[in-house]
Amino acid sequence: MTSVSMTVNGKSVNADVEPNTLLVQFIRENLRLTGTHVGCDTSQCGACTVHVNGDSVKSCTMLAVQADGSDVTTIEGLASGDDLHPMQTAFRENHGLQCGFCTPGMIMSAVDLVKRNPNPTEETIRKELEGNICRCTGYHNIVKSVKDASEKMGG
Amino acid sequence: MYSFNYERPSGINDAAGAVGEDDKFLAGGQSYLPTLKLRLAQVDKLVDLGGISDLKGISVSGGEISIGAMTTHGTVATSSDVRSSIPALADMAAHIGDAQVRNRGTIGGSIANNDPAADYPSALVALNATVHTNKRSITADDFFVDLFETALEDGELITKVTFPVPQKAAYAKFPNPASRFALVGVFVAQTTSGARVAVTGAGPCVFRQSDMEAALSGNFSGAAVKGIQTVADKLNADIHASADYRAHLISVMAARAVDAAS
Repeated sequence: MTSVSMTVNGKSVNADVEPNTLLVQFIRENLRLTGTHVGCDTSQCGACTVHVNGDSVKSCTMLAVQADGSDVTTIEGLASGDDLHPMQTAFRENHGLQCGFCTPGMIMSAVDLVKRNPNPTEETIRKELEGNICRCTGYHNIVKSVKDASEKMGG
Repeated sequence: MYSFNYERPSGINDAAGAVGEDDKFLAGGQSYLPTLKLRLAQVDKLVDLGGISDLKGISVSGGEISIGAMTTHGTVATSSDVRSSIPALADMAAHIGDAQVRNRGTIGGSIANNDPAADYPSALVALNATVHTNKRSITADDFFVDLFETALEDGELITKVTFPVPQKAAYAKFPNPASRFALVGVFVAQTTSGARVAVTGAGPCVFRQSDMEAALSGNFSGAAVKGIQTVADKLNADIHASADYRAHLISVMAARAVDAAS
């Protein structure tokens, strides 16, 4: 076992984990934060996307021990109390989800996307979301949601 | 994943000293962690290079860009130093994998893995880059040996890659639509010592297309390479594309890259 400590959604957490524990396992099973989903478990679908030190990463392709000392944000850490993050609001208002399975990853990727591209075009949004797959193929409204949020976030 | 031990040293010498015969260095892990998850590999210990600040960062001096081995693709893609000196290199990095992969994947990890469809090997070879390790310097031409094989010895650690700034360069890739790995990618560069054309994705390892290099040395235009064929005998054939199709793509991608070079 290796001891890890990190900040997750603003709270500091410490645990002893096996080195082969994935970050997503640590988040879901140790911390019981099950908003982060495991879709493909092969680094393709992006449902497990979280932010590590502000950057979007696939938490199924990172070890928990690699996140030692990092600042991690999951979908549960985006809202402030009852106030949803503008990206969450935009997904709700634009019907940016169908079954909802890919949504946490989509939103985490989209927040990072808008941080790097404050005023993204539709083309930029589609390119930047290449690492997230929606099996409902609901991309049209996902792109619309991201565009809407980017405008409200002051892009 | 099989179980393994883990160590995260903070210095290059500590890392080199920590890796034993059945151990591996871990860079960004975007290829190696999936390999471990599929149990295609097993290690006694992973020596994580993520804690070594000396391996990160980009600097420019004397007509050369130096990129630390643990610098991510995302950092290279958005670096103003890279964009202003070798825009083709930044563009190439911006099209590796997807955004999340670019936030973790590193130049050192990519070239040490030497995946036949990876983008970086073509950039290093076309730009006549030098790979620096904790032991020596290796030219890109000598570094990439064969399928997933490099000139690195056991325990040898890449510290940085240096790229001389070319007169102009560009990369054109025909990506596999699912993985975004290069079905064929061609990196071209015009340098003071002539034109260089490096092809990735098509064969078992990156290679230079010398017929195209000769044609471009007199006439650096897409038209000069469009009709030059590559022998398909030793090219890859799989469910994604036949060897003949890949051979054809080399000419098309090379012409596009040359015409786009800046």
